[in-house]
Amino acid sequence: MNKKFILGIYDDEDVLLTAIENIRAGGTKIYDVFSPFPVHGIDDVLGIKRSRLPIVAFFAGLTGMSFALWMQIWMMGFDWPMIIGGKPHIALPSFIPVTFELTVLFSAFGMVITFFIVSKLKPSMKVNVFDKRSTDDKFVMAIEVKEGVTDVAALNDLLRSNGAIEVNEKEVVK
Amino acid sequence: MQHVSPIREPLVTGGKTYHDITEDVCRQVEAKPNVRWAAALAVALVGLAIFIYSVYRTLWYGIGEWGLNKTVGWAWDITNFVWWVGIGHAGTLISAILLLFRQKWRTSINRAAEAMTIFAVICAAMFPVLHMGRPWLAYWVLPLPNTFGSLWVNFNSPLLWDVFAISTYFSVSLVFWYIGLIPDFATIRDRATGPIARRAYALLSFGWTGSAKHWSRYETVSLILAGLATPLVLSVHTIVSFDFATSVIPGWHTTIFPPYFVAGAIFSGFAMVLTLMIITRKVFYLEDYITLEHIESMNKVIILTGSIVGIAYTTEFFIAWYSGVEYEQYAFINRAFGPYWWAYWSMMTCNVITPQLFWFRKIRRSLTATFIISIFVNIGMWFERFVIIVTSLHRDYLPSSWAMFSPTIIDVGVYVGTIGLFFTLFLLFCKFFPVINMAEVKAILKSSSEVKHPKSAATMHATDKDLNSNTHHNE
Repeated sequence: MNKKFILGIYDDEDVLLTAIENIRAGGTKIYDVFSPFPVHGIDDVLGIKRSRLPIVAFFAGLTGMSFALWMQIWMMGFDWPMIIGGKPHIALPSFIPVTFELTVLFSAFGMVITFFIVSKLKPSMKVNVFDKRSTDDKFVMAIEVKEGVTDVAALNDLLRSNGAIEVNEKEVVK
Repeated sequence: MQHVSPIREPLVTGGKTYHDITEDVCRQVEAKPNVRWAAALAVALVGLAIFIYSVYRTLWYGIGEWGLNKTVGWAWDITNFVWWVGIGHAGTLISAILLLFRQKWRTSINRAAEAMTIFAVICAAMFPVLHMGRPWLAYWVLPLPNTFGSLWVNFNSPLLWDVFAISTYFSVSLVFWYIGLIPDFATIRDRATGPIARRAYALLSFGWTGSAKHWSRYETVSLILAGLATPLVLSVHTIVSFDFATSVIPGWHTTIFPPYFVAGAIFSGFAMVLTLMIITRKVFYLEDYITLEHIESMNKVIILTGSIVGIAYTTEFFIAWYSGVEYEQYAFINRAFGPYWWAYWSMMTCNVITPQLFWFRKIRRSLTATFIISIFVNIGMWFERFVIIVTSLHRDYLPSSWAMFSPTIIDVGVYVGTIGLFFTLFLLFCKFFPVINMAEVKAILKSSSEVKHPKSAATMHATDKDLNSNTHHNE
């Protein structure tokens, strides 16, 4: 099914922030906003919740730490115990470096892989960019058009009165 | 319009707009390779050829091709390893620690510095792997089951800790670097005209669109990665120093090693960043992004870490005397006045004396002086590792086994070769990747309107922008 969007193009992030606030206050639902860099304060006005990725990082790190400790204790203490330098088989102080490194490794990779999956980012030739200028210097606000419900002309006026320098229509083939 | 703060120097000069940043950074990627770049690549490829030949000799005839002997079992190889790993510290330091400290000047240099980190770690990894003599068995360093013909690896060995530290550092730095690259690849993709470029950058950009939700997650990921990379970068050289500190060789068996190595690593890393950035900004016309302010800030880091290193050298000497241990005392007297005195005094001159010149503002802000001093620091830090490794080994407890070390042409070849490898990778990076993080520089620019968003002024983000940004609005 094809989806139709109205795109409001902005060239200033502060105008954009005010516009988002006004438009949302007026009851219009914003589909998404695309920007060339992270605009500070946009999360608050768009109502984006804080990401839970730090929790993923924490548990991935915990997994890495447990795995590293288990691996070293099992290998050195149970599977093939050897006396090295007259030290105990399970010499925890000398297990700290590897445990630390694996904690960091698991945590970083766990979080980044989760980030890619939840954001649906993957290497692909197909790119759905609404307006190519949004990776350069423009800020693009996309509002979905529902056939028969949305008043396109009114929407156009709303965007322009809120500082959009351009308003375009875009159809996305799903 | 841009309001210039009366106190701080602007981070980006020349009154750039968002679009100017895109143009200035993408120009190099989109243009045909220029002559200077091609000439530099040709020189680097000669270095790479030397590397390949030296590695071939090392592998075909064995490490007898190197100048090592029974007494000095570690020499240039480990010196070069530590030197390269040390250089590799600046990138993550700039991108992670300076991010946590909210040092916004890092944005225009972090990309190239991180690239440098990754390439330096690749060069570093060559040495221990080649030193194994049979690098095709390098996977034996991993904890693999006994069916491969060996027991489990020894988790009490600092050399094994190194395997984990270096490989984790490499992987996490690579991921950190790549996450930062994704939005910039998207910018290049959306500007690309050629079919190959468009497809290649589309693949590299992971389908990035710049959606607000994605940016929100992206910022979270960057922050957490910075938090993880900060202790990681400190752990890497700490663990490298354990290779020495946990042994009983005089001059190695000291507790000062971890902080001393970390300071030295940051010192040499910043020197290499300066060497590279002074050239890059000139060749790619990036003077508005990498300004004298950047150079000066990095020089301040150099003088701090250089002084820490100087204090460490003095402390080592003092403690050797104060310990009352005859062997320890001899090791240090031998370093300064023994047959390798020239290495010791080269180290002292380059690392302790030259960086002190940066106390003068004129020298801190002079490109020529900075470039020369950065080269001195690079050389000095190589000598530091040579002094620590070779002078400690060549005369230890048993005078009958004392020996001297001299490198062979293959030793030199492998070392010069890794420099070739490093520059080959760095030049390819400069040509095909955006050398400056466009998205981050745009985020600190704030160039256009006089509109002040009323609500965001009350939030934490806006406050931090007003406090830390060099440019802000006329109220």
